[in-house]
Amino acid sequence: MRAPLSWLREWVDLPADVTGEQVAAALVRVGLEEEGLHGGDVTGPVVVGRVLSVSPEPQKNGKTINWCSVDTGEVARGEEPRGVVCGAHNFSAGDLVVVATPGAVLPGPFPIAARKTYGHVSDGMICSARELGLGEDHAGIIVLARLLGETAASQLEPGQDALALLGLTEEVVEVNVTPDRGYCFSVRGLAREYAHGARLDVATAFRDPAAVDVPAAGGSGAAAGHGVELRDDAPIHGAPGCTRFVTRVVRGVDPTAPSPFWLQRRLQQAGMRPISLAVDITNHVMLELGQPLHAYDLAEVDGPLVVRRARPGERLVTLDGVDRTLDPEDLLIADGTGVDGVGGARAIGLAGVMGGRDTEVTMTTRDVLVEAARFDPVTIARTARRHKLPSEASRRFERGVDTALQAAAAELAVRLLVEHGGGTADDAATDVVAPGTSLEPAPIALPVGLSAQLSGVPADQLDEARVVELLEQIGCSVAPSDDEALGTLDVVPPTWRPDLAQPVDLVEEVVRLHGYEAIPSVLPPAPPGRGLTSAQRLRRRAADALAAGGFVEVRSYPFTSAARSDELGLDADDPRRTALRLANPLSDEQPLLRTSVLATLLDVLRRNTSRGATDVALFEVGGVVNPVPGAPAAPRLRVDQRPSDAELAGLLAAVPPQPVHVAGVLAGRAEPEGWWGPGRTADAADAVAAAQTVAGALRLDLVVTAGALAPWHPGRCAQLSLPAPGPDGDEGAAAGTGAVVGHAGELHPAVVAALGLPPRTVAFELDLDALVAAAPELVPAPRLSPFPPSKEDVALIVDASVPAEAVRQALLAGAAGGGHADLVEEVRLFDVYTGAPVPAGQRSLAFSLRLRALDRTLTAADAAAVREAAVAEAARRHGAVLRGA
Amino acid sequence: MPELDDDLLGEQAVESAVAAALAALAAAPDLDALKEVRLAHAGDRSPLALANRAIAEVPPSERAAVGKRIGSARGRVRAALEARTAELEAERDARVLVEETVDLTVPVQRTRAGARHPLALVAERLEDVFTAMGYEVAEGPEVEAEWFNFDALNFGVDHPARQMQDTFFVDPPSSGLVMRTHTSPVQARSLLERGAPLYVVCPGRTFRTDELDATHTPVFNQVEGIAVDEGLTMAHLRGTLDRLATALLGPSARTRLRPSFFPFTEPSAELDVWFERPDGSGSGWLELGGCGMVNPNVLRACGVDPDRYSGFAFGMGIERILQIRNGVADMRDMVEGDVRFSRAFGAGLGTAL
Repeated sequence: MRAPLSWLREWVDLPADVTGEQVAAALVRVGLEEEGLHGGDVTGPVVVGRVLSVSPEPQKNGKTINWCSVDTGEVARGEEPRGVVCGAHNFSAGDLVVVATPGAVLPGPFPIAARKTYGHVSDGMICSARELGLGEDHAGIIVLARLLGETAASQLEPGQDALALLGLTEEVVEVNVTPDRGYCFSVRGLAREYAHGARLDVATAFRDPAAVDVPAAGGSGAAAGHGVELRDDAPIHGAPGCTRFVTRVVRGVDPTAPSPFWLQRRLQQAGMRPISLAVDITNHVMLELGQPLHAYDLAEVDGPLVVRRARPGERLVTLDGVDRTLDPEDLLIADGTGVDGVGGARAIGLAGVMGGRDTEVTMTTRDVLVEAARFDPVTIARTARRHKLPSEASRRFERGVDTALQAAAAELAVRLLVEHGGGTADDAATDVVAPGTSLEPAPIALPVGLSAQLSGVPADQLDEARVVELLEQIGCSVAPSDDEALGTLDVVPPTWRPDLAQPVDLVEEVVRLHGYEAIPSVLPPAPPGRGLTSAQRLRRRAADALAAGGFVEVRSYPFTSAARSDELGLDADDPRRTALRLANPLSDEQPLLRTSVLATLLDVLRRNTSRGATDVALFEVGGVVNPVPGAPAAPRLRVDQRPSDAELAGLLAAVPPQPVHVAGVLAGRAEPEGWWGPGRTADAADAVAAAQTVAGALRLDLVVTAGALAPWHPGRCAQLSLPAPGPDGDEGAAAGTGAVVGHAGELHPAVVAALGLPPRTVAFELDLDALVAAAPELVPAPRLSPFPPSKEDVALIVDASVPAEAVRQALLAGAAGGGHADLVEEVRLFDVYTGAPVPAGQRSLAFSLRLRALDRTLTAADAAAVREAAVAEAARRHGAVLRGA
Repeated sequence: MPELDDDLLGEQAVESAVAAALAALAAAPDLDALKEVRLAHAGDRSPLALANRAIAEVPPSERAAVGKRIGSARGRVRAALEARTAELEAERDARVLVEETVDLTVPVQRTRAGARHPLALVAERLEDVFTAMGYEVAEGPEVEAEWFNFDALNFGVDHPARQMQDTFFVDPPSSGLVMRTHTSPVQARSLLERGAPLYVVCPGRTFRTDELDATHTPVFNQVEGIAVDEGLTMAHLRGTLDRLATALLGPSARTRLRPSFFPFTEPSAELDVWFERPDGSGSGWLELGGCGMVNPNVLRACGVDPDRYSGFAFGMGIERILQIRNGVADMRDMVEGDVRFSRAFGAGLGTAL
């Protein structure tokens, strides 16, 4: 909402020298947000000029310019008039115009100087409305007699300051109005709030523009006014669509009468476009009071107005020329008579949103019907949304319009029409109120002490007298409650505050007028807290471990596409293709929510490499969404009390699972080159190592088996699983595997090519939630043997297709199977060899076994027994042959 | 090797052997030469060793005197040998240390440094500040039921505030799911799950249909806090926010509340914070977030008796905090994942504030 200071000043006491900034500050203090200050951006000499002569000069480029002699006060001083080049042609010698002379600065900023152009020195500029910020009209320059009227123009002298004349120095305050303060979409509301913000007494500093006498309504015959019927047979939430409808008629308006300059100027300052006298007047009253009005061409209205819901399939062409199909929830203004003889057959307006084209006020309208109604906020909000028609009117109705304002608003419009359009108002007025409607808001019982109690402001500052005083300032009527409960006030909110419904709403009013700065600062006593949960600590530890391991944390948007699944090479039936779709995505190319972090993290890798990074290691911790096909819709539960446990369970079940994943990606070198050597290119093992880093941070050791899953290289993919739950967490006992929690390895070359990634990019992704859930609750302390270890090395020849980890597991199992589980401290692969004398298609895997007993030094025979049992199991499972045997 | 003197055991012969040994020791320039000297003058075939063996042939009456003379002579040579050895070893050690000198001004990082994302670090800092105040950290889903995101928070179906949230809706809209527009639904979840008294903060990702530019991002991070207990007031809200402001922005930070509107709080306020940049580059009031007393309608919907309990809630943007705190000029730097941005913060945001 924009309000020029002069308009505010009409209704509230503003200090003569007040600045826009000060007014905005006062409004901000009571809860409006400053959006900006406008106006006052034309400075320097801008004056009235009289055109003395106009010489058209055709140019080579086909344009004709006018070389003008303009008197901006020089003639009276006996000096030479000014020479100005002007490209417009809508004026002639003798006209009074606006001239920006050298030194002036027009909005832009656009400084004016004498300059050589078209063979002349142009000593200033003859201005159009747009150049002065007076509107969009730049078809021609301003001719003051047309803008201000002949009479006003005849008073002007060349050389006279035009800034003040046109209101160009005036500041306009723009504030953002929160949704609860519909009444602040008016000069009336802002003037009142300014009084509050400046801590002025409303009774003396504020004048209500709606305080006008209105003619009595409800006569009969000629005194009855235009017929209106409220016929809502489908109220929403039981609220009738229209609670009050006022009409007035002005006849004999001059259809060619323009809006006076001040009226046009105010509309422009408020951000609206002047259109015609009748429309400008309804807009002016709306801006001033906050009550939207509509003007009909009475000659086009067929009989009484009917307010009703639309029929299914009914159509209406609105003022913007759009032919709309209406919804049975839409509230309409209708007229005419149907074949059935029932009135209101023809739709002529979308109530409270936009009028219809059939009854629009035009250049020939002489008799004007003015409508001032109060419509149900929900009805209007839904219609405006349904038809994507947010209008100045709907914006106000949605937030609730003063229930007592309609007659006054119509009266103000009628007065302006009579004054500026030369019409005559009918004596009769129509004022229909829906049955059962109370124009008086319901009283609220406010405990006197609640304001102090909830705000923490000392009670002696907010005693009963102060609370009553502040509530009366905002327009409430306050009385001690009839109730025997002492210390309660009966507060009737003002008609323009439908947002005041419960005691805490009144508390906010009291405290904001008293001043939020009076609220002291007190720390509440600390409750006993448990700190972070173990899951929260573990997630931090995982991220810290990756960062310590050289990975840089990034975050990507979760938006993705089916095309990305193709690029990642997912199978047609891959469950990761089942993604949640957004109804209104930012980009139609990314309507889905990711089911893997890699799906979006890879874009971040590409962004970095495209910016010149060569060796990149990234990770992201973030959610993925795994929709459950056929899941029920999330119900809308009650809000007046706690929903039942069953209802809540149903609601929670409708929200799809969203596990947190951690994914990482490496490209280029894992270890940098330097004076020590060429560095080391990241390979698939780095991805597995990073995944193990995450697991290790959670005290888990993932079981690695060969995997084959997109987007990884089928031969270079590790499947990562939780260790099988065993009787103890001892490595020697670990044998089988638990749930698969992720994959790591090199990306498929086709994926790398499709996404434009560096060759041989490697990556991992883990379900971090699953890891956290599997993390040991308690790590048992190890028992440390004081005896020396015994080391045994074995080199086994196995088929090249047998994973090394499988052989290692066989050795572990074999050693344990021989009853020696307690003796195995570590089994570690230390060499892999292929080539002669190892037969083709096979490889030699060399393991070191470290054995140790808790209670004695192992003998050579002990060690040999373990070694033989281990090798035997490797031979049994994988056909391993001891090298050299 | 010197020839054995005829009078092998005579005093003069012994003294001259000692003198020769001492001279040779002193003259040995290094440990290799010293080894030769040791063989010649203290080895098995050295004059003193031969003399020592010859003692057995000396008549018993003289044997003690001769033995004493020879023993003393050998002792002197041995001592001199040890001293010279120590001396030469020290010389050698010193020389080796000089020879082993390396240039340690070369680049020494043979592994690349990683980094946390600064937004994560701000969130963790916030969590730490609040857990220290006795709060717990609560979490909730990013795809959320509309009921939690709006209805339970007193956003009526047709309330303009609901339309102003620029919500991403899940397809089909009848699914009743949205991308959460704020972290506030976690308030409702926490109240329903834990009841009162309740002190929780919920950091997390939130979503609105804004195009990415220098000041907007469709995906951003908030932290929400809620406290519900008997007797809580706006003064407690303010005290909590003051503590938060100084923890995040340094001791100069102070807060200001401006009346505002949020459906889930009443009274409601905007939170402004004033602080001085430690590098002296500026100071002033900056809008940080919204807050207020929990609307009784929210407490009712979550099964908490508003006549017994009151509460306060606050929410703020984590991007905004980082922007203010560390002077991030462009929102895009925080969301694009350029490693240069995260690396600048390394493992921390700086302790100056």
